Amino acid sequence: MEKNITYIALFAALIAALGLIPKIDLISGVPITAQSLGIMLCGTVLGSKRGALAVLLFLALVAIGLPLLSGGRGGYGVFLGPSAGFLIGFPIAAFVTGWIVETWRGNLFVSAFAAAFLGGVVVLYAFGIPGMATVLGKTLPEATLLATPYLAGDLIKCALAALITRAIAQMRPGALLSRA
Amino acid sequence: MLTLTSPVQTWAHRVAAPWKLVALCLATLLLFRLTGPAALALAAAATAALTLSFGATFAVTALKLLRPLWPFVLFVAFWHGWTAEYAQGAAIVLRLLTAVTLANLVTMTTRLSDMLATLTALASPLKRIGLQPRALALAVALTIRFIPIMLLKLNDIRESWRARSARRPGWRVLVPALMAAIDDADRVAEALRARGGAG
Repeated sequence: MEKNITYIALFAALIAALGLIPKIDLISGVPITAQSLGIMLCGTVLGSKRGALAVLLFLALVAIGLPLLSGGRGGYGVFLGPSAGFLIGFPIAAFVTGWIVETWRGNLFVSAFAAAFLGGVVVLYAFGIPGMATVLGKTLPEATLLATPYLAGDLIKCALAALITRAIAQMRPGALLSRA
Repeated sequence: MLTLTSPVQTWAHRVAAPWKLVALCLATLLLFRLTGPAALALAAAATAALTLSFGATFAVTALKLLRPLWPFVLFVAFWHGWTAEYAQGAAIVLRLLTAVTLANLVTMTTRLSDMLATLTALASPLKRIGLQPRALALAVALTIRFIPIMLLKLNDIRESWRARSARRPGWRVLVPALMAAIDDADRVAEALRARGGAG
């Protein structure tokens, strides 16, 4: 019980810390941030339920006005802006990621990479793109086009999530709650 | 970076947080109902007037909070300039800016402690599905404490990397920082259990 609460709080803090470290700009000027790496790690390390709870805790802190989203954004405003769909998708993405790692007990690296991609990219964009389309008054294909530059960075993040998850399994096996 | 609450005291600081949230919900629902640029311009003007009534310093901070939106505004402006649907483009931009500003006004005029109290009150029905309000409050406090610790650890490891290598520290610093944080979390969990537990 205590371990669950501290780990959920720790990973909520990890998402925040990853949003605060300096962002990298792609050639097109689209910033890629490490924040969604935190979402993937919540799923791969904590598993479905605890992972989703950590993300919900992070979103609650953002909603009550802490500027923890990448770029120092926070408050209720972010839930009405263009990235609202992504925020709603965050906990579901973590849940799906965690569920896949829990269910598919093969090679951890392969399973974590696939889980991070299906949860942190496919599921997340399935929420983010309609959200962007609604707020900006665009059709779905147009909004998809607007989101594609992020895809390369997302693939790197999936690989990083899998590498970090494997490192945790090797060095701190007790911390890998998704496979406990 | 601590909070987004404005240090400039206004009358809105004294309104109870739940009322502001209800007002924000109603205003947002109304905004997404309006489609004409004229009606939305009126709403935007009213929001701007409300912001300005809180004083110049407050209004400048509120304007700064809108800065992350400029790429989207630019995108919509280009798009609708290209397709010559000026009225529609203006409506989208006005709605976006007004909705976000109104939400930011609530955030800027509500203290963190009041927000936390509202959050606990909103979460109390979840007691039935097993979420104890005490556990939620503990998790919030732990997260707020863990964030600076995490940043400090990341920075420490980045510094020691720089002292030893000419190459830039990339993602590799993440693994040792996370290990150290996990060890900290384990000790915090032990300490909590030793003091009677979180349940």
